[in-house]
Amino acid sequence: MANKVYVETTLNGETVEFLCEPRQSLLEVLRDVLGFTGAKEGCLTGDCGACSVIIDGRVVCSCLVLGVEAQGKTIETVEGMARDGQLHPLQQKFLEHAALQCGICTPGFLVAAKALLDRNPNPTEHEVRYALAGNLCRCTGYDKIVRAVLDAAAVMRGGTHGVTGA
Amino acid sequence: MHAITYEAPKSLEHALRLLAAAGEKGRVLAGGTDLLIQMRAGVRTPERLIDAKTIPELQVLSFSPHEGLRLGAAVPCYRIVEDPVLCQHYPGLVEAAGLIGSVQIKNRCTVGGNLCNGSPAADTTPALIALGAVCYVASPRGTRTVAVEDFVVSPGRTVLQPDEVLVEFRIPAPPPHTADCYQRFIPRNEMDIAVVGVGAAVTLDGEVCTAARIGLGAVAPTPLFAREASASLVGKPLDDEAIATAAELAQKIARPITDMRGTAEYRLHLVGVLTRRVLKVAAERARAR
Repeated sequence: MANKVYVETTLNGETVEFLCEPRQSLLEVLRDVLGFTGAKEGCLTGDCGACSVIIDGRVVCSCLVLGVEAQGKTIETVEGMARDGQLHPLQQKFLEHAALQCGICTPGFLVAAKALLDRNPNPTEHEVRYALAGNLCRCTGYDKIVRAVLDAAAVMRGGTHGVTGA
Repeated sequence: MHAITYEAPKSLEHALRLLAAAGEKGRVLAGGTDLLIQMRAGVRTPERLIDAKTIPELQVLSFSPHEGLRLGAAVPCYRIVEDPVLCQHYPGLVEAAGLIGSVQIKNRCTVGGNLCNGSPAADTTPALIALGAVCYVASPRGTRTVAVEDFVVSPGRTVLQPDEVLVEFRIPAPPPHTADCYQRFIPRNEMDIAVVGVGAAVTLDGEVCTAARIGLGAVAPTPLFAREASASLVGKPLDDEAIATAAELAQKIARPITDMRGTAEYRLHLVGVLTRRVLKVAAERARAR
């Protein structure tokens, strides 16, 4: 067993300490060390986006980040999106638009969409599709997901009904 | 993945000491978007990773009309794509950086890593060749410079010695009426590896081309500088005839292979098409400046 390294990071707003081997990915640390199983293991090659998390405001594939690289960083996962028992507008709109089926890709889509809306509260459909190009869904297809994100963006900007009237 | 050690040096000097101590077992980790995948697959097996992202010297990104561009090897591609100064002065480099992977990948991957990975299909490399970028390489023995077109020696292998670090690229400030462009061909809209990629930079004096550089990707074991094709444009009006001649000369140095992305014959055809296209776009941009 290789020597474990002590890491201190901020995860969904709370200080978290953990020990990990340097070879372990952040995804592995989140799921198997810290018990945050929202980020999913899909391809392990950075193609599918199922493991998306936000580090210091930037969405990344946690399978391509080492756990030790989390030292001193601020990490957001899907577990941090709902607050005080209230779903995040993106989560609410994913439900309303039926923008998921099996659900494996959903945490990654939610996190990538949150990263987009944090930066761009009023994206065009084209911008939403571009921002989600690194997330693969093999069952729902993308149209419902894109509509859910556009609708959530409208709600978050203060409109009560959203662009698609759902 | 096999067991490794990880170090996050806070200075170049510290990184060089760590790398020297690691010898053949060491490797610099930049964005990790190629290296970590290769380590999982057993393609590369370094035992000591030294993180480039924590080294301030590798995070430099500055432009001045006097010095030109200094681009740290570990600057993530999103910083290039989102930088208004780079978008203004080096649109071709921005195009290349913007074509790599998804948002998730662009938030991690680096131009330095793209070059050090040594892929003949690296998108940013032909763009750097077109701009005449020079690599600054540090080791305990001092600093040396290497032209980008001389950096990759074979697929996956570079001129870097085990104790050397690629620190930054330096790119001249574009003279008046100079512009660059990078395009690649892939059979879809996004998220793919270049079948062929071509970068070009041209300088105009009126309609006459006074300087030109063309870089080719994915058509030989290493990225290429199309020296004769570039030279053929100098002193001539940048018209269809001159552009067609340059495209033919670029095709002459291409030695593509047939693989899952395309046949050698198709790639050769694409070298001509893309060389013509990027020269036309670069010329249009240069005229507008």
